[in-house]
Amino acid sequence: MSLTALIDYESGNLHSAQKAFERMAREGDAGEVIVTSRPEDVARADRIVLPGDGAFPHCRGALSAQPGLHEALVEAVEVKGRPFLGICVGMQLLAEVGHEYERTEGLGWIPGEIVRIDPADAALKVPHMGWNDLVIDRPHPVLEGISTGDHAYFVHSWQFRPSEADTLLAHVDYGGAVTAVVGRGNVVGAQFHPEKSQAAGLRLIANFLNWTP
Amino acid sequence: MLKTRIIPCLDVADGRVVKGVNFVDLRDAGDPVDAARAYDAAGADELCFLDIHATHENRGTMFDLVRRTAESCYIPLTVGGGVRSHHDVRALLLAGADKVSFNSAAVADRTVVTEAAQRFGAQCIVVAIDAKTVEPGRWEIFTHGGRKPTGIDAVEFARDMEARGAGEILLTSMDRDGTRQGFNLPLTRAISDAVDIPVIASGGVGTLDHLVEGVTEGGASAVLAASIFHFGTHSIAEAKAHMQAAGIPMRMA
Repeated sequence: MSLTALIDYESGNLHSAQKAFERMAREGDAGEVIVTSRPEDVARADRIVLPGDGAFPHCRGALSAQPGLHEALVEAVEVKGRPFLGICVGMQLLAEVGHEYERTEGLGWIPGEIVRIDPADAALKVPHMGWNDLVIDRPHPVLEGISTGDHAYFVHSWQFRPSEADTLLAHVDYGGAVTAVVGRGNVVGAQFHPEKSQAAGLRLIANFLNWTP
Repeated sequence: MLKTRIIPCLDVADGRVVKGVNFVDLRDAGDPVDAARAYDAAGADELCFLDIHATHENRGTMFDLVRRTAESCYIPLTVGGGVRSHHDVRALLLAGADKVSFNSAAVADRTVVTEAAQRFGAQCIVVAIDAKTVEPGRWEIFTHGGRKPTGIDAVEFARDMEARGAGEILLTSMDRDGTRQGFNLPLTRAISDAVDIPVIASGGVGTLDHLVEGVTEGGASAVLAASIFHFGTHSIAEAKAHMQAAGIPMRMA
């Protein structure tokens, strides 16, 4: 049976993510979902999800603080090519470097950096918080059934600036383009919270659980 | 384009909704989980649970409630009431809250906000400000449900909370709360203009026009209301249609 591991690295709203993944796994007959920080669980997982809610350096530090976890993730993603989904800060950690509070190296699986959102219109507030309508830039299996104009829930002050244009899968407009979904090979990342984005979010989760890169 | 949010707020005590919620198809009007599910289906953009007793003894009840709500709602949930430290924040986030709101603890010791924001990120730290007009154009923070004056200027406090890492301000006008006279618009405007983070207007909504004014005149990024939705005076869909007709971008079902 297929096993999806949600990584617990003391970041935020893990329970919400867990419930949404469990529901979609149940409905799509996509196997078991576990929450774990154990490297051995990561090693046996067929799919890996890095949820996230938190500050970049804190999350990066917490990920490294679990002995063997980072190595297990690298092995699963880079060597075994397991499907990997990062959510919110979990998506930002895919970049090479972040600048929140301090310069912090990310996992480096999708080239780019994390920069502060700087809307052209000064009246727009940061964090970018709330429902925004997606613009799909490139088709991707995890975006199947999700269309330009569908709403997703965002809450973030920093955004992924990919350095390879073809890794940008979707964006939203917030005084300029803000990256919403990135993908490269067996790795995808969503800046919005699929577990909090009703229909479109649940669809992305279901797609991920069925994705074979 | 980012949409303006409508946030129904549920006052909870000992695991039950205190003000009744009047949905036709609600199994148990006192169960916050049932109410939350109904609001999720009705198109609410977020939900807010306010633990109004917030004693140490009922924390377990609140965690259980948040956990059960997160299992059946796929919109963001903010939880406030009795949040004292980053330990409380972590526990609520683990239970399924998406954002956690500090109120009196932030007034008593502002560094709790700094610490929580550094650990969990600004995006999940809300500071609830209860303010009262003390003279025209001047508002002060009150704690303990609006009974205790602090002498702290609301605008200065909001700016400081932003600097300390708060991601959002939940602004309640204690002059207007429960009056159905509409938001305190000068207060809402003053705070919205003073900070770069989103401000949720709260306190006093009686009509759909009040929701519109909170955004157009108050400059709020989101509007929070309780009774007009709970008692079925207006549905979320009516509120959204009304706001959209007034030119405010809304997420329509």
